[in-house]
Amino acid sequence: MEQFKKVSSIVTPLDKVNVDTDQIVPKQFLKLVQKSGFGKFLFFNWRYDENDVKKPDFVLNDSKYENSKILVAGDNFGCGSSREHAVWALLDYGFSVIIAPSFADIFFSNCFKNGILPITLKQDLVEKLQKENGLVEVDLENQIITTPSEKIPFEIDSYQKKILLEGLDDIAHTLQYEDKISAFEKESKIPSVL
Amino acid sequence: MGKTLFEKIWESHVVVEKQDAPSLIYIDRHLVHEVTSPQAFDGLRMSNRKVRRPDLTIATMDHNVPTTDRSLPILDQTSSIQIQTLEKNCKDFGIKLFDINSPNQGIVHVIGPQLGITLPGTTIVCGDSHTSTHGAFGALALGIGTSDVEHVLASQTMWLEKPKPFEIRVEGKRKNPHAVTAKDIVLSIIKNIGTGGGTGTVIEYRGEGITDLSMEQRMTICNMSIEAGARAGLIAPDEKTFDYLRGREYTPKNYESLVDSWRENLKTDGDAKFEKQFTLHIDDIAPQVSWGTNPGMTCDVTESIPTPDDFSKGDVNQKKGAEKALDYMDLKPGTPIEDIKIDRVFIGSCTNARLEDLIEASKVIKGQKISPHVKAMVVPGSQMVKKQAEEMGLDKIFIDANFEWREAGCSMCLGMNPDILSPGERCASTSNRNFEGRQGTGGRTHLVSPVMAAAAAIKGHFVDVRKMDLS
Repeated sequence: MEQFKKVSSIVTPLDKVNVDTDQIVPKQFLKLVQKSGFGKFLFFNWRYDENDVKKPDFVLNDSKYENSKILVAGDNFGCGSSREHAVWALLDYGFSVIIAPSFADIFFSNCFKNGILPITLKQDLVEKLQKENGLVEVDLENQIITTPSEKIPFEIDSYQKKILLEGLDDIAHTLQYEDKISAFEKESKIPSVL
Repeated sequence: MGKTLFEKIWESHVVVEKQDAPSLIYIDRHLVHEVTSPQAFDGLRMSNRKVRRPDLTIATMDHNVPTTDRSLPILDQTSSIQIQTLEKNCKDFGIKLFDINSPNQGIVHVIGPQLGITLPGTTIVCGDSHTSTHGAFGALALGIGTSDVEHVLASQTMWLEKPKPFEIRVEGKRKNPHAVTAKDIVLSIIKNIGTGGGTGTVIEYRGEGITDLSMEQRMTICNMSIEAGARAGLIAPDEKTFDYLRGREYTPKNYESLVDSWRENLKTDGDAKFEKQFTLHIDDIAPQVSWGTNPGMTCDVTESIPTPDDFSKGDVNQKKGAEKALDYMDLKPGTPIEDIKIDRVFIGSCTNARLEDLIEASKVIKGQKISPHVKAMVVPGSQMVKKQAEEMGLDKIFIDANFEWREAGCSMCLGMNPDILSPGERCASTSNRNFEGRQGTGGRTHLVSPVMAAAAAIKGHFVDVRKMDLS
């Protein structure tokens, strides 16, 4: 995984609550066996009509937001299915920061494993950011969001922060505890399936 | 201070514990399917890693398999590739696979318990959010993403922030347990606590309303924990649990000694503390029907579609969500639920496609025909459920009523295979998600119980199944 660097871009406001992973990447696109190339399917049913023509009223179709790396959405973002394809689609499309008042647990955890930074902010700050037209900088190292008019600090778990900043291979990190895993297995009373 | 059941299972599975950081948790059972695993196996290959415990890993294919004649080739090329990829991955990494022709094939959350793979007090993961189903057996069962699938394959562990215990008490007795079902209980819970109400928690369902339920009904409850946003749902195991698992194909040889220790240990202590609490009284609850685009947008069958103002109780964002949902669903506030006509009926999914679900639904339709404008299908949760149902003659009841009787799989719950709604079609569905486009782009889903779906199939519109004779 790549190391997470400072992000600076305009924000894309997605003014919706309970955005589920079925909307982020609809099921007809889950059949690929690789992680790449999901960006074109992001929010597919909101971006395109039945004839695959772009819907002009959907925010991602506004050319102003074309190079935006920061998505600012409503409560309970990423609820529903555990499909990591949702995160792959956001990343492949170009988003590396998602800001919302709250996230669904599995989606939140999936973000960190792919180099996306999910930030939880209070509702009023999220609404303010959704109206922001200028450049916004997200500095993970110092946990600060900087807009043209203010600096907004944010909270993040120190372990998750380290994973993103260092681009850690989660599995390699875990396998350092091989002796503890083996010791646990020796003690376990749960029989094998087979 | 005493401990909750969740805390006891958690503590017995911690491999590494750190201050203010996720803990490393050991995983006893890993269930794998074709959609969320290919990239995980690919990751293992790229890093030259093996599957640490193939003997704790079981695979099946359920999400995109066709539910029509299994002797015919799979026409959808991409589905076919995904299925072949799972076959190859299981072969290469030495994992037991119940493939499309296996008598044990089925929805992963139906076959786990049916085969005795799901056990009380264990940790179970699967790359599917409805893994919470297995919590009905007193297992800590978590849905995970593909990165964690790879992590568990490689290490048999995963890092997890400790969720908070949430007690949901279900008190009282249903007046008509054939008409008011476990599905109605769980939809009532979600309607009350909201789709984010369980975020960051593991729910333990307790009380008479839960212990009264059969194992299959308990699975329906735990299955939908994720629709309330919870990390998992749990029910303490009791004699019903132990009886259900006894003598199944993969039930461990030392089962009785395990039962003795489970009976002793797997319960919440009297003085344990939960971080959150909610109580539902079920004496007077009605059958539920969802009207919107998330499972929290649900009301009694006797009610009418609410106005966005009534639904949102002053929350501007919820109001906008409800307006958008009504527009998508093409419904007007004030319309009685029983006046809503339907085009399709789907009885299936990991929520409601077990034998009991099919038995209960068959009682509603026996000797009747479905409404002429309705297309209806039954997709049993597993090949084993299908076989048992056929031995009881249930297939004939459904077929005589003009239902289609299919092979096992996830089918129209998520529409990855050819079983989908056409744009604008309205479906009474026993599945778990009524999200926009979930069952097919432009399709409109109403979540209901199997008996409510069966009743809607007969009448052509929603109807209060309590008015029907279910004896």
